[in-house]
Amino acid sequence: MKEKPANGQSFGMVIDLDKCTGCGTCMVACSAENNLSVRPDESDKQRSITWMRLYKVTNGKPFPDTEVCYFPRPCMHCDHHTPCVTVCPATATEIDYHTGIVSQIYTRCIGCRYCMAACPYHARTFNWWDGYFPKGKGIERYLSPEVSPRMRGVVEKCTFCHHRLMRAKTLAYNEGRRELKENEYIPACAEACPAGAITFGDLNNPDHKVYKLKSDPRAFRLLEKLGTEPKVYYLSSKAWVRRSADNYRPGEPVHTVKAG
Amino acid sequence: MKSALDSALFPEGVNRCPAWKFFLWTVPWLLLLAWGGISAALCLLKGLNQTNMTDYFAFALWIVFDLAVIALGAGAFFTGFLTYIIGKKELKDIINAAVIIGFICYSGAIAMLGIDIGQPIRGWFIFWHVNVHSMLAEVSFCITVYLSVLAIEYIPIILENKQLSKIKELRLAGGNLHGMMAVFAATGTFLSFFHQGSLGGLFGVMYARPFAFREGFYVWPWTFFLFVLSAIAAGPAFTILCTKLAQAITRKRLVPEAAFQTLAKISGWLLASYIVLKILDTIAWVYGVAHPAGFAFTDFYREGPYGLWMVAFEIVIFGIVPALILTNSRARRHEGWLIAGCLMSCAGIVLNRFIFTIVTLAVPVMPFDRFVSYLPTWQEWGISMAVIGYGFLLFSLSYRYLPVFPKERELNATAE
Repeated sequence: MKEKPANGQSFGMVIDLDKCTGCGTCMVACSAENNLSVRPDESDKQRSITWMRLYKVTNGKPFPDTEVCYFPRPCMHCDHHTPCVTVCPATATEIDYHTGIVSQIYTRCIGCRYCMAACPYHARTFNWWDGYFPKGKGIERYLSPEVSPRMRGVVEKCTFCHHRLMRAKTLAYNEGRRELKENEYIPACAEACPAGAITFGDLNNPDHKVYKLKSDPRAFRLLEKLGTEPKVYYLSSKAWVRRSADNYRPGEPVHTVKAG
Repeated sequence: MKSALDSALFPEGVNRCPAWKFFLWTVPWLLLLAWGGISAALCLLKGLNQTNMTDYFAFALWIVFDLAVIALGAGAFFTGFLTYIIGKKELKDIINAAVIIGFICYSGAIAMLGIDIGQPIRGWFIFWHVNVHSMLAEVSFCITVYLSVLAIEYIPIILENKQLSKIKELRLAGGNLHGMMAVFAATGTFLSFFHQGSLGGLFGVMYARPFAFREGFYVWPWTFFLFVLSAIAAGPAFTILCTKLAQAITRKRLVPEAAFQTLAKISGWLLASYIVLKILDTIAWVYGVAHPAGFAFTDFYREGPYGLWMVAFEIVIFGIVPALILTNSRARRHEGWLIAGCLMSCAGIVLNRFIFTIVTLAVPVMPFDRFVSYLPTWQEWGISMAVIGYGFLLFSLSYRYLPVFPKERELNATAE
């Protein structure tokens, strides 16, 4: 395992569930940005490819007390002993401790799917078929030249639009800068969200909004008890939403563990 | 008796059925192989969409089958260890059969894994781009090397064929290999210890899957040791079952009862110690892993067909009961009880591997996620059944043409 540098960046996301309307724009923007393949029939959701997935959660109460919340779920880019990275036998997925981003090397992935078994967030999807982009419908014109399409038999996942980081860095270097400004690099989902629910930035940088938001009293993470240290935080003012992000035995109080 | 068409290839001084009868016997196994061949071709050409695996069930029937046959094939290394390292002389009468069963199990498992990965032509990346922290990399290394060891152990048996041993060089080569067998038995034991353990580690290290995760010693989760122990308990039981089946089918005594008894006794005591540790492990897991992760014990067994009955079967009916049968010398000497004990012991290990593979993936970790179920397609069954067909075929061919059972002639002398 590589050593963590002392001054490394740690890109992460804070999603305000109080603002999220569940419109799904983040999912569409992500799919278009990252050349996600489709199927002629997309009804089998257990085999369709989505990097950003929206989960609908309710408080379980009958009308008129029913409340609904949507959890947009990208890859959590787990910081602690990244579950998928440690298990991959062929080093096809790695965590870059300079950025905190967990990457996937499609041309090295052998498709054993051990990483998918190890990930509790279902953030990884497998290419059960060859990539498919319907011809004659103009989809080929939307394909991004910056993102390599995936072949059948490999695993893929959210990369926090890593190619956008590369693009932003190149731009900054051309202008003689070594540091990126806040918002110079944000993933497609954060850019597209019409409600402005997704904030993106360096969790280690006190000047970035996410740095302050992650310590908000409303902040929590998915399955925090497992200790995976996700780099995606959620905000919600509702106690039942915060409780639905983790497992609790009957009578167990909601934990208030916060990451540094 | 009229000599069979292929009698020149038979081992010295033993009876074999006529060639036509043998061919008829192989037909069902050849059909299973054909079914597997079609399934494999479809999976390789069209991809894993031919299966019913999903993003939830990333591991499925094939992995259960792989883990099960590798565990049951542990009879090879463990009998080798007992024969050549510990010096249990009576096991020399069964070691050849154990080696062949082991070879079948391991080669079958590796062939299945080759189809199970999404990009089979990149299989070698495990060795080239190895991640030394991955349990799966460790498993791949060990089973590949151990398959070579099994091949080396199998070759001297092949070279003992009546016609092949007429060639002086081959006879000498076989004899020399045989003389070095203790070295290979020791290598096999070392390799097997690690990959049987790493197969358990495979699940035990998944700390974000509370159903599978276990604490452990240094880098090895407790499942590492439990998988080794359960494999060396059930492996010899499987060797006994296969040999008893061969005796029933050929209507001959092939191995002296002493060898069965020694293996069954050792298997029984290992199973007994395994079950004690398994119970302790389950208690430690409930309080040390499940509760801190927010799960009550019963939360894992609430949905679908995967209820608490599995725990009862795994630990009591297929664990404590066969351990009691096999450790009791009177019960063990009774043919029916011996076979029942071995069958239950093997069923227990298969159920254990099933639980670790399928239930781990079926239990949702995110509270708002849902339980999903899975049933294999005919292509998945085809490839699994082909391993069984291949096993019957290779064992039958070995029995027909090679001196697999050194005491066969002696035990059947009066009958002839």
